[in-house]
Amino acid sequence: MAMRSTGQPEKAAPVQHHFFEIIPPGTNIDFVGMRFRMLIVSWTLIAIGLVSIYLHGGLNYGIDFAGGTMVHVKFAQSTPVADIRGALSGGELREVVVQNVGQGETEFQIRVVGSPQSGSAAVADSIKAGLKARFGEGTYEVLRVETVGPKVGKNLWRDATLAVLAATLVMGAYIALRFELRFGIGAAVALVHDVLITLGALSIANMEFDLTTVAGLLTVVGYSVHDTVIVSDRIRENMRKMRRETLATVMNLSINETLSRTLITSGTAVLVTAALFLLGGPVIHSFAFTLLVGFIVGTYSSIYVASPIVLYLEKRQVKRR
Amino acid sequence: MSRSVSYRLLLFAAITVAAVVFLLPTFVRPAPSWWPWHQPVRLGLDLQGGTHLLYGVDIDQAVDTTLDRQMQDLERELRDAQIGASTLERDGQVIHLRLANVDKRSQVLDVLKDRFPGLVMVATPDAAPGEMSLTLEPREIQRVRDNVQEQALKIIRNRIDQFGVAEPTVQAQGSDEIVVQLPGIQDPERAKELIGRTALLEFKLLGEGPQAGTVEHPGQGVQVLYGRSETGRRQAYLVERRTLMTGDVLTDASVSPGSATEGMAVEFVLDARGAKQFGQVTTASVGRRLAIVLDGMVESAPTIREPITGGRGQITGRFDFKEAQDLANVLRNGALPAPLKLLEERTVGPSLGKDSIRKGMLSFAVGTVLVIAFMLVYYRGGGAIADGALVLNVLILAGAFAAFGFTLSLPGIAGIVLTVGMAVDANVLILERIREELRLGKTPRAAIEAGYERAWYAIRDSNVTTFCSGLILFQFGTGPVRGFAVTLCMGILTSLITGVFGTRVVYDAVVSRRRLSTVSV
Repeated sequence: MAMRSTGQPEKAAPVQHHFFEIIPPGTNIDFVGMRFRMLIVSWTLIAIGLVSIYLHGGLNYGIDFAGGTMVHVKFAQSTPVADIRGALSGGELREVVVQNVGQGETEFQIRVVGSPQSGSAAVADSIKAGLKARFGEGTYEVLRVETVGPKVGKNLWRDATLAVLAATLVMGAYIALRFELRFGIGAAVALVHDVLITLGALSIANMEFDLTTVAGLLTVVGYSVHDTVIVSDRIRENMRKMRRETLATVMNLSINETLSRTLITSGTAVLVTAALFLLGGPVIHSFAFTLLVGFIVGTYSSIYVASPIVLYLEKRQVKRR
Repeated sequence: MSRSVSYRLLLFAAITVAAVVFLLPTFVRPAPSWWPWHQPVRLGLDLQGGTHLLYGVDIDQAVDTTLDRQMQDLERELRDAQIGASTLERDGQVIHLRLANVDKRSQVLDVLKDRFPGLVMVATPDAAPGEMSLTLEPREIQRVRDNVQEQALKIIRNRIDQFGVAEPTVQAQGSDEIVVQLPGIQDPERAKELIGRTALLEFKLLGEGPQAGTVEHPGQGVQVLYGRSETGRRQAYLVERRTLMTGDVLTDASVSPGSATEGMAVEFVLDARGAKQFGQVTTASVGRRLAIVLDGMVESAPTIREPITGGRGQITGRFDFKEAQDLANVLRNGALPAPLKLLEERTVGPSLGKDSIRKGMLSFAVGTVLVIAFMLVYYRGGGAIADGALVLNVLILAGAFAAFGFTLSLPGIAGIVLTVGMAVDANVLILERIREELRLGKTPRAAIEAGYERAWYAIRDSNVTTFCSGLILFQFGTGPVRGFAVTLCMGILTSLITGVFGTRVVYDAVVSRRRLSTVSV
């Protein structure tokens, strides 16, 4: 069995090309050989995430999903969280969550999950009244007030789940159609893997899970498949070229060949999401976080999850014959 | 340079100019008067500040109300036909009827067939011969449902119009929700009160003769109220300030088929007090027009043909069934056909909006500079071309927002930033491929050719999947999330146009001019 890297053409090229390269041509990392070790890594990450979600008693649902009231305030001076909590204790405000967002101790999101009998508008009013009584008018500014009824939250939850499921199915089906069924299955498994790990990361970082976070998750779904398609496309191309090689060899070669592209594109995508995460402000903080984690995991899963699944399905097929 | 290349270059130049034309009003305010486009990019509520309200229409309640009314009508009809019902009651969405006299059954069926086409029998196998269960026909239920949302929408729109806010949005969402967006409104209390309050139905005489004045100068005791004319346009009415009656004296109103010559009619019934008032008014003003005013909007202004003293009247006109239905609804309920429930309320202050724009722009600038610099360092010449495509991409994307009137939200800005990070993927794929082909010993020209051709499949398939996720996101989301989905999908399209076709033109132009021995990628 002869394997030649594409780096050294037999004919001497008329021109020597000098490229700036992260991954030199001919790199041959045995990704496929590492798949069992990576399987452990993946499962560990998923397990940690799920345990965290379990310990937190579910994700940190924003009021979009749980229903309730959120008041986003900005103080002129740095104010301790405890002071705000103190200002809001008593009255009908029982379970108030005060979270510091943004830089310094000036911006806070005050959340009350669930709406009492008296209606949600009353909650927003009593939060405002509590702040006014404690800090006085003019020392702070109310940036945002949101009130979501419990019914909306339930509908959103259903819609979000449906959307992620639909996306998974549509993507899997598309790839199965354009490539082969096993590639579709591989992409779908990779996608679920990415969503699970991202959810776990959201839980560990105690990021709020709201509407925009779901938007982020769906984008991660799209990106993950995007990446898987690129690798699968090269595998397909090489399978045609090298009919006599084993699938594992073809896969390894394909992953290595596309490795620099994978790293560069993920790199630029991670670069811009990092910019969003660090500079984009509190409103899209959890959204940017979702993208950041999802893109990294999505890149990893194209290499270590999607391809091994295809290989596994191939082996089963061979055995059955 | 070949002709195809010149044409394509021209096309891209035209697109660029168009994007600049659409975008200028967003950045230069006001744009010079001779500039062909004046609409700046529309900002979402999260960026410009304002109030978003989501109302649920209790549609089941409306269906129940319809059933109750049908039941009352049925009771009256049966009494008129001298068929006594021993019990007539509603249980959920089913009306139970038990006849005192079983022999009258066929007569009842006739009444039902003639007068109540919307009711159908529910099969109840163990019912006694004199018992019947009736319910609304599914089509009828659907009609009530459609009607209710539409009418609630119309009423909210009217009330918001009075509120006087610039560019309000009142939209139906799903089958039973209504979204109200009020840009620039920080304190939604007044708006909420206006939307949620019970409607005021008044009857006023139209002003008549010279003392009524004109629309510009209404006379003493006369005011100008507006309504919609038959063509749907705003129409001004001169109406006497004095309110003759309010809606509370009306006990019922319904559509009746009317006569062949006059078309549909709306029948109404007044209570004893109302009958007396109405009798006096109509006797004194035969021949004048009486305006039916709902929340300050003239709904209809029929002419009084004869004194109406019996407490029962009829309004005829050239309305079709739906218009008659609307008018009957207005008379009956005053306003809302079903209770509205506030489901969601979001208010964004103007400073947060400004802050969000600033932060969004900052992350956009930083992200873009980093990506551009990286591409330039890594791919040199090829990177420069890709960077050019990237800049053009953002320009076209933003131009499309302005041209199509899409609403830019904060997640939308994030979508643009993301597009910057992902748009270069096509170029990375192509450039990596060109490098591979060059390493195989191909000439630059052949390598470029092969690079574009081979990379295209991967680019196409990968972008189709991302586009699909964008579409699903659009379907799922509301407001800002939709803004993000739109940006994502638009960004994919524009990045294909600039990243694949745009850069290709540049390579073709360079290659066609001279024989290259090297290419900088």
